[in-house]
Amino acid sequence: MQVTMSVNGDEVTSEIEGRLLLVHYLRDHLGLTGTHWGCDTSNCGTCVVWLDDEPVKSCTVLAAMAGGHEVRTVEGLEKGTELDPVQQGFMNCHGLQCGFCTPGMMMTARALLDRNPDPTDGEIREAISGQICRCTGYATIVRSIHWAADHERAAAAAAASGALTGDEVVERVLEEADPSGGSETPQTVGAGSES
Amino acid sequence: MQVPAPFDYERATSVDHAIGLLERLGSGSRLVAGGHSLLPMMKLRLANLEYLIDINDLHDELGYITVEPTRIRIGAMARHRELLESDDLAAHFPIVRDAERVIADPIVRNRGTLGGSLCQADPSEDLSAVCTTLAAECVIRSSSGERVVTMDEFHRGPYETAVADDEMLVEVRLPIRPGGSSAYEKVERRAGDWAVVSAGAAVWLDGGVISDARVGLAAVGPNTTGIAAVSQALRGQVPSEEAYASAGAIAAQSCRPTADGRGSVEYKRHLADELTRRALRRAVARATGEES
Repeated sequence: MQVTMSVNGDEVTSEIEGRLLLVHYLRDHLGLTGTHWGCDTSNCGTCVVWLDDEPVKSCTVLAAMAGGHEVRTVEGLEKGTELDPVQQGFMNCHGLQCGFCTPGMMMTARALLDRNPDPTDGEIREAISGQICRCTGYATIVRSIHWAADHERAAAAAAASGALTGDEVVERVLEEADPSGGSETPQTVGAGSES
Repeated sequence: MQVPAPFDYERATSVDHAIGLLERLGSGSRLVAGGHSLLPMMKLRLANLEYLIDINDLHDELGYITVEPTRIRIGAMARHRELLESDDLAAHFPIVRDAERVIADPIVRNRGTLGGSLCQADPSEDLSAVCTTLAAECVIRSSSGERVVTMDEFHRGPYETAVADDEMLVEVRLPIRPGGSSAYEKVERRAGDWAVVSAGAAVWLDGGVISDARVGLAAVGPNTTGIAAVSQALRGQVPSEEAYASAGAIAAQSCRPTADGRGSVEYKRHLADELTRRALRRAVARATGEES
């Protein structure tokens, strides 16, 4: 059967089998290997992509079901040449070790912040509760998502005040959004203006 | 890599279209809503079919939550997240939000649907226990019209429902009765898992006395189970720890758990007892305004 969908803003059309899963379509047909494929049973969450602006587990969605809809993967997260604040947060706050769960985590984090720009620890942990990190735990992942939230709120406030523009805003925001205040987070690397 | 066996994919554009496809394609066809129960079963070859009829485009037609004076009508394609976030449902039936909070995880809840959950008819399924507790009515449509069945009639056994090959569950109706509230308690091995045991309770109070009560259990029998003996024992009682304890004892005796990786029969009976008490205690506290 022929299926057409939008993937990261580009329309793609392919001849596929009805039984092809979305995760395999993205990886094997489109070469978008940022979406990972883990448990195959909707538990681990490493295959999370967006289907019409909502995170879904793409190992449990048929590619055919995405026909006519919009899919967004981690490859579509950055804006032009700029990383999404969520990606920057994962870098700055050491939100990853092996990186296997990271693309799914970031897609879920992006969706959370779009709905709730100032989430609590509990809300972040709830949002990523369907995703599994086996490296170390979730403290730095939660911190990374907080970093992105703080960053975006600070950027919005600075832009709204009109006091700063352009590169100044970015510079200031990166300084102000230093992940939760330095000494309390000794694991933090690459924070602040260095990023 | 787990993939389903080959099948032909069809997409329905309306309820009538879906029913027409079911009639034409016969018993080798199945509807897929969110797919989060059916697709894993197809991957494991526990479900094999010739045609898969995708009804996700019917969300506009069947995704409603409509409050009426004596009932709330919910379209079969209402997704878990919509049920969780519905303030109308939480106000009338707090048991729904209790249960939705512990169904799978937020990402799965973005896709899974009420109708899909009920039609899967897994004995451990939370919304089935909720609908059993609330004495929900299920509206089943075919080309010759609609029929309405109770939850007891709807679930015929594990993974088997009253919906025939050429029919479709289109709506679930939750009756509103004044003076009541409800709650849901679940024990699971890890966040988002199927229940080891779960218990729903709905109570109605009149002048400080329990005028009616219903308890529904999941994962302790071939279907989610509404226990009539609990209702009989509680009617006319003043809410008390003694009343909850006797209800819990009845629940533990009445259910039919089996031993498996989630626990022994004895442990599950213990949970049925304790969770029934907790659910009743919370439902009463909510009905009397002591807990939101």
